[in-house]
Amino acid sequence: MRKTGSPCSGQSGLPNPAFGHEKPHGKPLWLLAELTYKCPLQCPYCSNPLDFAGAGAELTTQQWLDVFAQGREMGAVQLGFSGGEPLVRQDLADLIAGAHELGYYTNLITSGVGLNAAKMAAFKQAGLDHIQISFQASDADVNNMLAGSKKAFEQKLAMAREVKAQGYPMVLNFVTHRHNIDQIDRIIELCVALEADYVELATCQYYGWAYENTEQLLPTQAQLAHAEAVTNDYRERLAAAGNPIKLIFVTPDYYEERPKGCMNGWGQVFLTVTPDGTALPCHSARMLPLEFPNVADSTLKEIWDANPSFNYFRGDDWMQEPCRSCDEKDKDFGGCHCQAYMLTGDMHNADPVCSKSAHHHKIVTARERAETVTNAPDQFVYRNERNSRVFAKG
Amino acid sequence: MSNSIALHTVPKLNRLFRFQWEQAQEAYVLLYPEGMIQLNGPAGEILALVDGERDVQQIIAQLQQKFADAGDISQDIVEFLGEAHAQNWITL
Repeated sequence: MRKTGSPCSGQSGLPNPAFGHEKPHGKPLWLLAELTYKCPLQCPYCSNPLDFAGAGAELTTQQWLDVFAQGREMGAVQLGFSGGEPLVRQDLADLIAGAHELGYYTNLITSGVGLNAAKMAAFKQAGLDHIQISFQASDADVNNMLAGSKKAFEQKLAMAREVKAQGYPMVLNFVTHRHNIDQIDRIIELCVALEADYVELATCQYYGWAYENTEQLLPTQAQLAHAEAVTNDYRERLAAAGNPIKLIFVTPDYYEERPKGCMNGWGQVFLTVTPDGTALPCHSARMLPLEFPNVADSTLKEIWDANPSFNYFRGDDWMQEPCRSCDEKDKDFGGCHCQAYMLTGDMHNADPVCSKSAHHHKIVTARERAETVTNAPDQFVYRNERNSRVFAKG
Repeated sequence: MSNSIALHTVPKLNRLFRFQWEQAQEAYVLLYPEGMIQLNGPAGEILALVDGERDVQQIIAQLQQKFADAGDISQDIVEFLGEAHAQNWITL
């Protein structure tokens, strides 16, 4: 799900995919607008590309509104405003209003830093449907350490209360990892106290900055089992008490034996547009050795229906063994191509999370390392401009 | 249980959900944070009448009139409303 990596590094000689004809695909129901890479926080598991500092100019207000209109025409119904920190965009209220008018369900995915009651009311007026606030931990010290900011936690608490006070549905998102997953009971208690409607307890996915920090992030199997047990226990108790809060627990695929059906299939449901207008079938895909189109050069319909990169992993023509003859290939579509590329060097390989993959030992090795690593937050590579420029230069 | 919904109950859409017609899918849908439920024909027709003002009896009467050839559909409607309540889509 998460985004990462350096763009196409000039690899060539790839098989030329079918060009200009349509392969079976659904509608882009989910449009994710990554409005900007600017962000006041520095989370070491950010899904933005490592080299975001080298990205091109941001799309204008009019360009975004045009993308939203085209997406809606094609059946898109969920629109996520993301980033970076989308609040950095001064035209956010105009973008919300435009999207709302088109009939989208609009989601603001924010750190809460830079938000205040007046902005929230203006967004509501513009038609914003929902606000998701991400937290780094359940207490100020760990939260602020991970966010790379001294005041972030208090601000997040205040904004979460304001979201509820203004009558928005609220999703709280906690990215969990070895530094905070043992506090999952306190995380859940905090969410209950803040009256969250949905809570995403999402273990890190190891792409982008998180991949750079895998060793300091990946929890042990025991930590994960404990967290899941605690979550299940809370689910039962909260349901019995009539609390409608929904706890969504996302396990890291590093502890699975079969890969996730990534994005419900490549180019099937999900369309991301990055700050500079690059269209992607998932947030991470930019790291792959494929050329991705820009919304400034093609219509969204041309891109979705016929762009070679959007067609590339549709169907199963691209598959090699063990995927090709696998009876589960229609369920997981071979898993995540970015993970295959990062861990095996070939995006056509099965996702190494799969125990049938010849590269599965790499996942097993990462799990074993998690058992012996000492927590050392000073070893985090933080997501900031300075570190990104190093990656942008390559 | 679904059968226990009284006919004078006034169902209301849970504020977490937005209900709308989606032309691209030719279906009514329920939208919620980052998600969507595509409703089948009957479910959509019923929820389209859930407005926080009509009671169950009025909803039944209106649908019975609209689908006069369908026979007695009151039990189906009550059962669906019970299911919708269990799913937290509506409050009663």
